[in-house]
Amino acid sequence: MIRFDRMSFRYPDQSRDALGDVDLAIEEGELCLVVGETGAGKSTLLRAVNGLVPHFTGGTMHGGVVVNGRSTATVPPREMASTVGVVGQDPTAGFVADTVEDELAYVMENLGTDPAVMRRRVEDALDLLSIADLRDRPLATLSSGEAQRVAIASVITAAPRVLVLDEPTSALDPGAAEDILAALTRLVHDLGLTIIAAEHRLERIVQYADRIAVIDGHGRVTIGDPSDMMRTAPVAPPVVQLGRLANWNPLPLSVRDARRAGEPLRQELADRKAGPHRQAAATGDVVATVRGLQHSYGTTVALRGVHVELREGEVVALMGRNGAGKSTLLSALAGSRRPRSGSVSILGGNPRSITPRELVRRVGLVPPDPSTLLYEQSVDGECITADKEHGLAPGSTRSTLDAIQPGLDPERHPRDLSEGERLALALAVVVAPGPRVLLLDEPTRGLDYSAKERLARVLRRFADDGRAVVLATHDVELVAAVADRAIVLADGEVVSDGPARDVVVHSPVFAPQVSKILAPSEWLTVAEVEAAVCQ
Amino acid sequence: MTPRSLHPIAWWVWALALGATALQTTNPFLLGLLAASAWLVVAARRPSAPWAQSFGSFVKLGIAVIIVRIVLQMLFGVRLPGHELFTIPSVDLPEWAAGVTLGGPVTAESVIAAFNDGLQLAVLLTCVGAANSLASPYRLLRSMPAILYELGVAVTVALSFAPQAVMSAQRVREARRLRGRPSRGLAGLRGMAVPVLEIALERSLELAASMDSRGYGRRAPIAARDRQLAQLATLIGAVAASIGVYGILDGAAPGGMGYPMFAGGVALLVASFAYAGKQSVRTRYRPDPWRAPEWLVVACGAVALAALLVATDVGVAGLRPDFSPLAVPTVPLLPAIGILAAAVPAFLTPALPVTR
Repeated sequence: MIRFDRMSFRYPDQSRDALGDVDLAIEEGELCLVVGETGAGKSTLLRAVNGLVPHFTGGTMHGGVVVNGRSTATVPPREMASTVGVVGQDPTAGFVADTVEDELAYVMENLGTDPAVMRRRVEDALDLLSIADLRDRPLATLSSGEAQRVAIASVITAAPRVLVLDEPTSALDPGAAEDILAALTRLVHDLGLTIIAAEHRLERIVQYADRIAVIDGHGRVTIGDPSDMMRTAPVAPPVVQLGRLANWNPLPLSVRDARRAGEPLRQELADRKAGPHRQAAATGDVVATVRGLQHSYGTTVALRGVHVELREGEVVALMGRNGAGKSTLLSALAGSRRPRSGSVSILGGNPRSITPRELVRRVGLVPPDPSTLLYEQSVDGECITADKEHGLAPGSTRSTLDAIQPGLDPERHPRDLSEGERLALALAVVVAPGPRVLLLDEPTRGLDYSAKERLARVLRRFADDGRAVVLATHDVELVAAVADRAIVLADGEVVSDGPARDVVVHSPVFAPQVSKILAPSEWLTVAEVEAAVCQ
Repeated sequence: MTPRSLHPIAWWVWALALGATALQTTNPFLLGLLAASAWLVVAARRPSAPWAQSFGSFVKLGIAVIIVRIVLQMLFGVRLPGHELFTIPSVDLPEWAAGVTLGGPVTAESVIAAFNDGLQLAVLLTCVGAANSLASPYRLLRSMPAILYELGVAVTVALSFAPQAVMSAQRVREARRLRGRPSRGLAGLRGMAVPVLEIALERSLELAASMDSRGYGRRAPIAARDRQLAQLATLIGAVAASIGVYGILDGAAPGGMGYPMFAGGVALLVASFAYAGKQSVRTRYRPDPWRAPEWLVVACGAVALAALLVATDVGVAGLRPDFSPLAVPTVPLLPAIGILAAAVPAFLTPALPVTR
């Protein structure tokens, strides 16, 4: 169905190939997962399938890509629309129409499909993706999970043979991600669609893959059976890491398979106590207090009466569905939103009435898109500006940055950095003036496992230096790795607040993979298990 | 009547007719009645989509126009004699600045005249705002002829840049506050503009990629020679039409350069457009129907306009009331009834379907 024939590609003005000598054949009806570290060339590979690379991006391509008998060298992407459907990383950025139904019809109108066929296909797509109840909704009002499903439906209507998805579940909460994956399995099994997808959150999707293509650091691609490929892949979800550690064969990819393989390990670990290698509750001073916080946007209530105390030295995970009020709570803590009622105090002061100069020394927030914080033309430029603005000694932001991520090229443009490097830079800029409370909103978007591990270590160090760190996240594995305490919000209220281990271990939604595999013992991470086994 | 949304072109015809009606009178009561009719229809038939929320902004813009008009009249306007309200210190500009006098006594008459002029413009804006709120811009685009469609999409994409830029500007502004940076002043502007433009550009590229991979801009396969011929015809047609316009406007030009040249050019253009339209392979999904309610909406707008045109023709008093001496203007009956007809769509058109 898809054949890459000794294909290599180089972006314009680059000195090395993004993809080198790719030989790849993906059969019909296959769900192929593309795996690799950030910046390895996953998106480039995906965009080559319908010819956006090189027709849209420019650059030099050697070799060829043939999809369903048509070569991208001679067929432009717009003509490929009837064969390949592509959904980008941010589905909302690709919307053209203003209601769901019109968006679904858009591709068929361009292809000149017969009106009667259009009606039928729109209805089918609405059912396949379970979005029939959204048909009249304006696109601007969709949640991120709904938007993702609408984006998939809007390419399915062209009846393509191949579906290309770039990080379909990265930005979603666990429940919405489940919906997407259920829809994808249906498309593969019922329609025989060939799906090629890239995803950082492997723990969600790896078990559904028929084959896995791994891109190494030099743009070379190898493809093979999932459990063979995951044995050596540069990125691996916790279930695979645990399997590698325990030397399970065949390597399990799902929690279910791992539980079946894991009985001996559970027995071995039964009499050992998990943790606490971290103290159960932070005993530091209270640095921030939130009392009776209420907030609403129009008629939508975001927070209703939230009480939270933050102590220095603790890492607090803020969890809950999209729209549960996590971001609102963070921005109220950072003083960028005036709450309807209730009070926020950071080191005894209301963040709304503290001067900006003083506020940055008390609280710092890294927004979900770190690039909004950055506007200089180089890494060094950002550091120098941050020094000047906060009245710090020259070079202090740079040394903060080096402590977070050493060796970042000072001349590079912030937009050219990888997601992880950009987050590090934004974090350095926020942390440099020394805020006592550090807030991060969805920091793991687009980060691979090694970048997440680095982030976890950095956050731990910040907390040990006597800061309170709060991260709002869907990423249960990051929570397991770093958080001391977890707060779960639902519908604007705190539904649980306690030691992270107690909160996440017994929740079917928030439990990390390791604790699902090793239940009823309360283990959270592969690192914990490794330490216990090696004793 | 089964709930449904009406054809966007019907709303635009209705609104433009109302706008043209507003241009026929400066009577504040008639203009107020016109604005009230437009508001009533918008309140009854406006959907909940984001683009439909723009009516308020147009009304605010209209109010601003009235205020500016009055202030300008006070400062620069010709003084109508009459009841003096107060006096602004006057400055005589020198001869080289046309000898204009600034300021001076402000009379009630001139303020009222300025208010009426401003009100006329404000009502016109209100009508445009009503059309914007009632008719979905995307659906309007879809009902355009093929040749205009692609141009139209380019325009919509360009227009979607603005709300996106506003949204990212809010995010960037908030982020800057977090860094303890000024969000005002020249330095603030630079810090805002760079990330906002970068984000907007990135999103536009992503939108372009999405449209490209969903078949935007496909054409029927035609021979290269035919296409070149059509392009040549467009070019010659455009040049001929321009020369024709020049010939018509310049009385000294030879006779053949005027109307004949213009007509020939336009004919060539139309032919090449029609040919280009044939190249388009698009089909339409659920085209908006044009039925009785659409005719009703158009008719209501036409009745209002016709009433005013007839009244002007017949010479009904009170369409352009005179305010010196000061008097409360009368409300002429026929135009008022005609304008009330413009509000009928609020009651006699199908209701909007409920959005789940």
